[in-house]
Amino acid sequence: MTRAVYLVDGARTPFLKARGKPGPFTPVDLAVQCGRPLLARQPFGADLIELVILGCVNVIADEMNPARVAALRLGLPDSTVAFSVQINCGSGMQSIDTALRYIREGSHDIILAGGTEALSHAPLVLRREAVEWLGSLNNARDVVTRAKAMAGFRPQFLKPVIGLERGLTDPVTALNMGQTAEILAHRFGIDRATADAYALDSHQRLTQAQEQGWLEDEVMPAFDRDGNAYPQDDGVRPDSDMQGLAKPKPAFEPPYGKVTAGNASQITDGASWTILASEQAVERHGLSPLARIVDSEWAALDPSVMGLGPVFSTTPLLRRQGLSCGDIDLWEINEAFAAQVLACLAAWQDADFCHEVLGLEQPFGRIDRDRLNVDGGAISLGHPVGTSGNRIVLHLANAMRRLGHRRGIATECIGGGQGGAMLLEAV
Amino acid sequence: MMANKVLDFLDKSKLELGPPGTAAAHHWRQAEDDGIVWLVLDCPDSPVNIVSEEVLTGLDAALRKLAETVPRALVIRSAKPGGFAAGADIDSFDRISGESAIRLLEQGHAVLDRLEALPCPTIAVIHGAALGAGFEIALACDHRIAIDGAKFAFPEVNLGLHPGLGGTFRLTGLIDPVEAMTLMLTGKSAHTQKAKKLGIVDIVTQERHVRAAVGAVVDGKIDPPAKGLKARAFALRKLRSLAAARMRAEAEKKAPPAHFPAPYALIDLWEIHGNDPEAMQKAEIASFAGLLDSETSRNLRRVFFLRRSLKKDGGGDDGISHVHVIGAGEMGAGIAGWAAIRGKRVTLGDISPEALARAIRQVAQICRDSHLNSIETRDALDRLMPDPKGYGYAGADLVIEAVPEDADLKAKIHREAGARMKPGAILATNTSSLALAELAKSVPDPARFAGLHFFNPVAKMQLVEIVSHDRTAPDTADRLAAFCASIDRLPAALRDYPGFLVNRALTPYLMEAMVLMDEGVPKVVIDRAALDFGMPMGPVTLADQVGLDICLDVAESLKSALDKPMPDISPRLREKVEAGETGKKAGRGFYDWSNGAPHPQATEAGPEDLQDRLILPMLDACMECLRMNVVRNADQVDGAMIFATGFAPFRGGPMHYARTRGFDRIRDRLAELADRHGERFRPDPGWDE
Repeated sequence: MTRAVYLVDGARTPFLKARGKPGPFTPVDLAVQCGRPLLARQPFGADLIELVILGCVNVIADEMNPARVAALRLGLPDSTVAFSVQINCGSGMQSIDTALRYIREGSHDIILAGGTEALSHAPLVLRREAVEWLGSLNNARDVVTRAKAMAGFRPQFLKPVIGLERGLTDPVTALNMGQTAEILAHRFGIDRATADAYALDSHQRLTQAQEQGWLEDEVMPAFDRDGNAYPQDDGVRPDSDMQGLAKPKPAFEPPYGKVTAGNASQITDGASWTILASEQAVERHGLSPLARIVDSEWAALDPSVMGLGPVFSTTPLLRRQGLSCGDIDLWEINEAFAAQVLACLAAWQDADFCHEVLGLEQPFGRIDRDRLNVDGGAISLGHPVGTSGNRIVLHLANAMRRLGHRRGIATECIGGGQGGAMLLEAV
Repeated sequence: MMANKVLDFLDKSKLELGPPGTAAAHHWRQAEDDGIVWLVLDCPDSPVNIVSEEVLTGLDAALRKLAETVPRALVIRSAKPGGFAAGADIDSFDRISGESAIRLLEQGHAVLDRLEALPCPTIAVIHGAALGAGFEIALACDHRIAIDGAKFAFPEVNLGLHPGLGGTFRLTGLIDPVEAMTLMLTGKSAHTQKAKKLGIVDIVTQERHVRAAVGAVVDGKIDPPAKGLKARAFALRKLRSLAAARMRAEAEKKAPPAHFPAPYALIDLWEIHGNDPEAMQKAEIASFAGLLDSETSRNLRRVFFLRRSLKKDGGGDDGISHVHVIGAGEMGAGIAGWAAIRGKRVTLGDISPEALARAIRQVAQICRDSHLNSIETRDALDRLMPDPKGYGYAGADLVIEAVPEDADLKAKIHREAGARMKPGAILATNTSSLALAELAKSVPDPARFAGLHFFNPVAKMQLVEIVSHDRTAPDTADRLAAFCASIDRLPAALRDYPGFLVNRALTPYLMEAMVLMDEGVPKVVIDRAALDFGMPMGPVTLADQVGLDICLDVAESLKSALDKPMPDISPRLREKVEAGETGKKAGRGFYDWSNGAPHPQATEAGPEDLQDRLILPMLDACMECLRMNVVRNADQVDGAMIFATGFAPFRGGPMHYARTRGFDRIRDRLAELADRHGERFRPDPGWDE
């Protein structure tokens, strides 16, 4: 009999759209902003947190092992172990999964697991030739060699490489993430209008969730030193319409591509934390869990079709649990790209695909849009890559509770050709 | 947990004090290692070293022996983890004067001369603060090794004195004399890096490298700080006179010579003797002895003791690590920010995210103004959590309510706080004008309810009034006092009374200024009269600074709560408040603040009784508070008024000033003013007792 593991609480920052310059918060700043109120509202002291795990892809030089920096800045004791995890877009879920396994195994009772990302802080990288030139200049010991080294300067050295652009390009296939979505759109016949309609829905759903106060306990306002408050996700466009979404040119494969800035996830900063606890800890401290974490699964596939990650991770997870598509009341599939989410849905309904690739006798089934990303997703919220996996698990738990649903799946595609999925059950 | 003990364990042998020593003389331990003698200062029964007469005699005895068998080198340092030495024994100053002072000073100088003359290298190793006489011992050594974090200062000027154990000629001889004079004239600290830059210290290192650094000095492996061209130029009297004139002009801006003689005595010393250390030494002794007897120095020393006594009231353990502040206005933000800067975990509650955001900006500014570095600023801001949802109530050991002065609003918030706070936590209100007894009625646990009245700006105003009502438990007031001390503020424990002490005393002063304005006396003339008395700012400027709306609030509540007649509230005050010209915060009050603080220059002389009409009602209110047992004693009144209002410190506080002038004279003058201007001046019966 394995130990039950509960998601007892969680909170995140508003997701803040990157606006062409470094945002107000570093990755750890973000983690502190939402970590403080989360810890402050717990009935137990922060010293009872035995381990901190934080997902983060773009770690900045001042914050190596951001988990440890965040733990100490949150006022956790010196003696609290903290480590960071990275599996690209799945990092925030990887932290939950790792925590789940520690607690299930019995070595830990309460773990703080999160994800953070400040994509607006992704570095500008010097070209390799420029670095070599600087090196030769540094090593020049006398005037002559120094002058020689100086002469080696070329104007293009000043043109930095945008680190973010490199980070969103698959190093093996050299395909940009957007291009992998184009491949799926082509293969599963997703047209531009369908993708745009999906995106429009995402904005409208998030707008409604904000207006109804459904994110009240989930999103903690953030405050910067210059006197600005950031009360909620700021990438949402409540006035979005199909005409507006039809305007932008294809962002990755012009002029014929279907993936645009409008139907892709936004480049965004944000952090999210969850608290996981064992059944014993729940009883001892009188906690009221949001959900039980039942199971998780990771899968890998060809990087050029990374967008199908949810299909490859979720399918075996449900099979192992003896569940089928219809047993899942609520879905969070991270909206990396509208075309990519729609491709997953299409694949699950494609009898040939399900049979030949997934080894299913019947098509997996249809996921009704009413049960999928009910309060919007990365297209309207943004996709701070190390954070999103954490957010979808937390939001799934909150949404299941609000809607009275029994079972939910949170799943994401992962750059590099992977996928992660997590099954939650109401308590 | 083991991990929590590791630092305690490793800290055990923190200071490098050479080999285990034996008591060489009173207060000093001595040991020798490889020909190097370590002389370690360790004053018994005290957490800090005070350079008392015994310390100097002890040093003298040790030095006499060392002169007989000269070691390879002498290292002088402190055994106190807190620092090198805190300065001279100020308590002893009151016992010495005139000839006996000169004799004692000469003896002290002889000891440091002996140290300077020792034929081996002498090295002071300084960690923490080396202040006043402590700094002077270090200056008498050939070399100074600073442990990162060390700081040097001559705070004598704050006591109406200048350095008296050779600091004047040794520091001006060691570094750029203008820099040296600036340090002595301002009393400001030179922190490690600045001290290195100025040439005060030869080496900056860490505790773990002290032995190696001492070795390097002994082996002559370090470069002594270079002496600049500028220093040599000031050997010329003419150049010194030019610089001295500038220093006098600068000093006059903050310390008029009539009230503060010490800076000018110091400037004279250097101008006349700056090229002749021996003459300067003699002159320093004579000048210091003279200042010691001055009224100003006596009163400023009194202020030092008053501070110590207030601080002592906060000596216990506060048991407060988490503070929840309600209301992110200027006061709430100031209190929350200051507590966070001083190490408390703070949640700041307000339903308005915009108010919270402004509060964070305000606190970031306080961090800048307090010269916190980027790590300290980050940590302070991390400890301060904006809390729009009020999560902080449940865990807080102390909840401080700082919402606007509206009794119903406060009552509502106190009820909510009471319901959400943990058992045993204290609820405090930052009210400045509402009666505690009244507010206590809506509080679930009156024993753990009290006033905690901070002044604006919190980061600058040192006093906090702790106001107990009839049912406040003594333990509550004690913990609040300890809390104040732990965030480096001075507590004044008071009994509930209209306006408590400080506003009770200030209000008649501010109101009388407005009556005078209504009589046609220009505001600058009024302010000038108060400045001439020695107040840090005039009453009209102060009213603008406090906020005219708050002044009006306090005045109205006092007028209705007190039997004693108060000046009528000036219609101009109401007009200003109604027009939104509420003072500094609005950019305009009685003065225009759009270009910064006003500098009132009197254009004409005011009425003959102007100064007394302003000051005496304040003294009378203090007497009333004393008679009504609002305060414990006259010293507490003086300390509170000085640290809350800046009441002319060189006058020793309002009650001390009254005593100096004579209680009967104060009473008679008040009676005279009452006959002339109205019953509001009628002297309090307390003057007769």
